[in-house]
Amino acid sequence: MTEIRAEMVANVWKVVAAEGDELADGDTLVILESMKMEIPVLAEGSGKLTRLAVAEGDVIQEGDLIAVIG
Amino acid sequence: MQPARGSLPGVLESVLVANRGEIARRIIATLRRLGIRSVAVYSEADAGLPYVREADEAVLIGPAPPARSYLDAGAILAAARRTGARAVHPGYGFLAENASFASQVAAAGLIWVGPPPAAIEAAGDKIAARNLMAAAGVPVAAGSSSPVADEAAAEAEAARIGYPVMIKAAAGGGGIGMSVARDPAALRAGFGTARSRAERFFASPAILLERYIERARHVEVQILGDRDGRVLAVGDRDCSAQRRHQKVAEEAPAPGLDPGLRAALAAAATRAGEAVGYRGAGTVECLVDVEAGDFVFLEMNTRLQVEHPVTELVTGLDLVEQQLRVAAGRDLDPAVHGLAALAQVGFTPHGHAIELRVYAEDPLRFLPSPGLITAWSEPSGPGVRVDAGYEAGNEVTPFYDPLLAKLCAWGQDRAAALDRARAAVDAFVITGPKTNLPFLAELLDDDGFRRGSYDTSVIGRLRS
Repeated sequence: MTEIRAEMVANVWKVVAAEGDELADGDTLVILESMKMEIPVLAEGSGKLTRLAVAEGDVIQEGDLIAVIG
Repeated sequence: MQPARGSLPGVLESVLVANRGEIARRIIATLRRLGIRSVAVYSEADAGLPYVREADEAVLIGPAPPARSYLDAGAILAAARRTGARAVHPGYGFLAENASFASQVAAAGLIWVGPPPAAIEAAGDKIAARNLMAAAGVPVAAGSSSPVADEAAAEAEAARIGYPVMIKAAAGGGGIGMSVARDPAALRAGFGTARSRAERFFASPAILLERYIERARHVEVQILGDRDGRVLAVGDRDCSAQRRHQKVAEEAPAPGLDPGLRAALAAAATRAGEAVGYRGAGTVECLVDVEAGDFVFLEMNTRLQVEHPVTELVTGLDLVEQQLRVAAGRDLDPAVHGLAALAQVGFTPHGHAIELRVYAEDPLRFLPSPGLITAWSEPSGPGVRVDAGYEAGNEVTPFYDPLLAKLCAWGQDRAAALDRARAAVDAFVITGPKTNLPFLAELLDDDGFRRGSYDTSVIGRLRS
């Protein structure tokens, strides 16, 4: 099981993947936006997206859980 | 005591600054100097920023997201009504180039500190602007004369123009949503992204393609349109040092241009301003092919530029004051005419100035770095000017662009200005968010940059 966490304060702009998706390493989970820059958050390793902890429009802090894979 | 009738404070009385951070602070400083009451607006995220307390009055207009604060025309106009402001200065970004907002300001009986809405519209649509400029005899790059409908049309257009091409949002600005495609595969990949970014940031999916010049210099000309519609060019700037198509360092005058080319740029910028019926301060951006000795029109910005301080430092003009004079129906500073005459023959004013944009981002990969500022200490001294938006104790949030401050240096010549800038970078202390100050030091130490021999590939080269 892998937890994907935010590396910085950012807005959740787009949620790309959905709970239940089978992911490959490097697939885009969500796209964050911070200070006018888009930052894609990618899957680390392959597996099922068992939990998506954010929604579009959320403001997340550094360390916040974004997703759980496997 | 009443201000003299017809004086700037008499006409403008109080100005609402519809912006935030460093530019709001800078505009408020000129208003204070001229004896004009200033009204600031701020979002919940910006309550602690210095500009809020430096204004004579400040109004909270909404939560942090720009759409609910700095882009909320209704909230801004309500703040103007509440405070009795007579005029609105939009700064840059946000609603500064929004023709509809400019019209609403006028419709509310307020003075708009900026060009007429028609001029904003003419320049704001990049495709229409290109066509207008071409018709006015201003050289333009090979590119789209109408929006590119879809990927198939983009491929056909790119084949016609010739690779490499720049994919741009027609309603865009600030370098957002631009990418270079060197072949059809890259074009297909870039087109969809550009379109969604265009929709997201500029509320319009219209895309244009333009021939991309690999080694170009980004040179722009400062124009002023007086109250009678006469357009004057008062000098140029080089803004080639960019990352992600956003400027990092700018200087005035543009180094190493021969007088004939400089004069031609000034003349083209004047024609461009006249073509849109310009009033107030504006900038005409061009791409210069130094080897070929020619240039093309890139875009026109119908507002004050971020980098306007370098022009102020070499000309002695206060450009915000010129904007206010035009808005109040008064004459420009008499010095403007002498500067325009110099520009017409390709001569430059005395001295050289450089601006470095201090961004809240890591200096290696330029990724955003929001956070609490725990220490802030600005450089100072002769020839050093710092336009800062923040101070210690402020939170840099993810909602706005990453600009923390503009560090500017003037010197008798370019070498002196660069030396001052380099020392000032070392003396600037900001802790909390990561900043690009270490990168700015690298840039100033770069041999090509020091020689004034650099182009738009300079930062990419330093980070390749």
